[in-house]
Amino acid sequence: MFGYYLEMALRSLRRNRMLTALMVLAIALGIGASMTTLTVLHVLSGDPLPGRSDALYRAQVDPRDSNGYEPGKEPMEQVSWTDGMNLLRAKRADRQALMTGGSVAIQPEQLALDPFYEDARFTSADFFPMFGVPFQYGHGWSSADDDSSARVAVISSELNNKLFGGGDSTGRTLRMQDIPFRIIGVLGDWRPNPHFYDLDVKNYGENEGVYLPLSTSQDLLFGHDGSNDCWGNGGGDQYHLKNAPCVWLQFWVQLDSPTKAVAYREFLVHYSQEQKNLGRFQRPPNVRLRDLMHWLDYNMVVPDDVRLQTWLALGFLLVCLVNTVGLMLAKFMRRAGELSVRRALGASRRALFGQLLIEAGVVGLTGGIGGLLLAFLGLWLVRQQPTGYAKLAHLDPAMLLVTFLLAVGASLLAGLLPAWRACQIAPALQLKSN
Amino acid sequence: MTLHPILAALRKHKAGVVLIALQIALTLAIVCNAIFIIQQRIDMVRRPTGLNEDNLFLVTQQWVDAPSGDDPAGLEKLDSMQQADLATLRNLPDVVSVSPIRSLPLLRSGSVGGIGLKPLQQKSTIDSNFFYGDEHMLSTLGVQLVAGRDFTAADIQHKGFRDESQPVLTIITKSIADKLYPHGDAIGKVIYFDSSSTPTTIVGVVARLQSPVDTGEDALAWNSVLFPVRQDANFARYVLRAKAGRLADAMKAVPPALYAANPMRVLDDRSVKSFVDIRASAYRADVGMAILMSVICLILLGVTAAGIVGLTSFWVGQRHRQIGVRRALGARKIDILHYFQIENLLIAGIGAVIGILLAVGLNLWLITRFEMNRMPVIYVVVGVLAVLALGQAAVFVPARRASNVPPVVATRSV
Repeated sequence: MFGYYLEMALRSLRRNRMLTALMVLAIALGIGASMTTLTVLHVLSGDPLPGRSDALYRAQVDPRDSNGYEPGKEPMEQVSWTDGMNLLRAKRADRQALMTGGSVAIQPEQLALDPFYEDARFTSADFFPMFGVPFQYGHGWSSADDDSSARVAVISSELNNKLFGGGDSTGRTLRMQDIPFRIIGVLGDWRPNPHFYDLDVKNYGENEGVYLPLSTSQDLLFGHDGSNDCWGNGGGDQYHLKNAPCVWLQFWVQLDSPTKAVAYREFLVHYSQEQKNLGRFQRPPNVRLRDLMHWLDYNMVVPDDVRLQTWLALGFLLVCLVNTVGLMLAKFMRRAGELSVRRALGASRRALFGQLLIEAGVVGLTGGIGGLLLAFLGLWLVRQQPTGYAKLAHLDPAMLLVTFLLAVGASLLAGLLPAWRACQIAPALQLKSN
Repeated sequence: MTLHPILAALRKHKAGVVLIALQIALTLAIVCNAIFIIQQRIDMVRRPTGLNEDNLFLVTQQWVDAPSGDDPAGLEKLDSMQQADLATLRNLPDVVSVSPIRSLPLLRSGSVGGIGLKPLQQKSTIDSNFFYGDEHMLSTLGVQLVAGRDFTAADIQHKGFRDESQPVLTIITKSIADKLYPHGDAIGKVIYFDSSSTPTTIVGVVARLQSPVDTGEDALAWNSVLFPVRQDANFARYVLRAKAGRLADAMKAVPPALYAANPMRVLDDRSVKSFVDIRASAYRADVGMAILMSVICLILLGVTAAGIVGLTSFWVGQRHRQIGVRRALGARKIDILHYFQIENLLIAGIGAVIGILLAVGLNLWLITRFEMNRMPVIYVVVGVLAVLALGQAAVFVPARRASNVPPVVATRSV
């Protein structure tokens, strides 16, 4: 029966080629546009560290003076050097890392290469195990290296390819800002997106090329990149921030259970109260402990334009669907005579309904396949854009499934009303008029 | 022709009429709002920065073996390195003028601080962008001085990048002058930066200078001050004006000249940027969004027009015999044509009325979700006219086919 219905559907579709093409094209355009934007949205709002993000938290305290205090306002997003070091040394979380961004001038040993800048991350030892950073060669540094401000560096595999042709470069020397560092590790393939740990530097894109101990960067007065937020009479020059009333460091902790998270929150409140008693903080304790995904939500990391484009595309799909419903309805109603004959010959309403739905399904499936091709084209176009997230725009299996379901669902939805209307025809009346 | 027969006929096709009207309504709502967004983006991109942007370019470089600049000797060394670079650049044949600069409008990185009217004022009166440069800064940037005077060579101080002391003189933008001194007497007045106790005297007012950090509508966008200060650090930025038509040559000549003067520096392919490129990269996302929205609008209108053509064609086919009867009873071709045109106008009119409501609703929703502004009525009016015209254009071909149905059809059985 299915084969027969399919053949009838194809025959009917062939009868009005232009109209069939129009319906298929409308569905394809609608699905192509919405899948492109939904995929971009899906990629951009994705979890940068699946499996780990639940246990990672960004800690915030409010170290400001009482000037401009309003109850209920958010505390500062970053931490100052003093608070960062205090919290780091307290070691109250399972793991903790304090970090900031920077940019260093690298002088390659090869004379063929001119000196160049590379984005750097100045951080503490737990950064690598906490974020689950994979290593191609070597390893990260130890907290002993942090304490001794060791001149060690970890580099990305891209930088390793550029400088050392991709070989094992551990133990070799990297000259940064005219100072020799020993390379102790080369990262594997690690590109978490969004760039969650420091959204002030960038939201999406490539990770830093060089990682070195925060203490070392401070001893050598390496300038930091990113946001500086100062209060009171604090001077904000980027080299002498240690004692300034400024926040410029990101503090992340790993807490393996919700109970530990509650305990850590209490610790932060306790710490704030203690600092207030000491006179360093002037405001009542105001702390936040957001896990990774909430941190991304709070920072509204997905660009507004992308969300706007998604709504635009969904609106577009809706118009395309209404268009297809209208055309299909007209088409089915025009065949009232034929359908009446079949009804009079004994076909049940159900059978007719099924037959018409198959016809709608064929249109939808073809449109869906066209939409998928258009989505690939659309994503290719997105990847040609020079935005930071452009390279991430790929269709993954989950989105492929969504596309497929959307296509079939949309077409059945488009076929449902026309098919139902067409089945309501009273056969006798139609036969008589003919 | 009376509307009665048209309405009576439409009642037989309720579902089709509702669907086509709904499609027109949705199209109207989306297209109105999209065009409004496109227009806003275009307006934003078109805002002048206040610079004379042609022939302007920026050089950013870092010295590799620079002294720290913490001690006076190191500071003097850094300043002499910067002076040497400036002399090298000024001697280039295609370069008109050069100034050291901290940042430029649209560069997405700059320094911001507060301005107070009293010493040690805790809460700043207004916030402002800070620009640092020498006596050639105004002429190189092409910023228009509207009151007071430009900086002279004698005004220029040089300070370490980390030096927190406040400058003696400043030039402010008209937007600051209007806010602080509404009577137009800003010249010679004294202001205090960043809650300090050091007075800074206003010597000039410039017409306009856009913020480096902000590209949206914001009070900070036009509040800028210029300082006669050459900042010394282990890196330096220079803004250069090339001779008319010689921009590419001037840009090409910079790296070799700087390397020849002192090879111990980092200059890469991002170091020399024309202002045209800076502008393009600052607004790339906005231009891309405007293009995308335009394309979607065009396709949407196309789909809707095609839908009208398809549906009307069906109705024409369905009423083939009735049309023949009407023709046999004396209706002219033009009557049949008008019938379908008026029918379409009615449907499109219903769609447009629903569409106006949807468009306003969508706009209100966008305001809550995306910080959008309220859409002026003109967009809706133009949108309504556009969909009505689109409907008439789309219906013309099937309607003319209907008018060509010969009267003899009435005598044949189907």
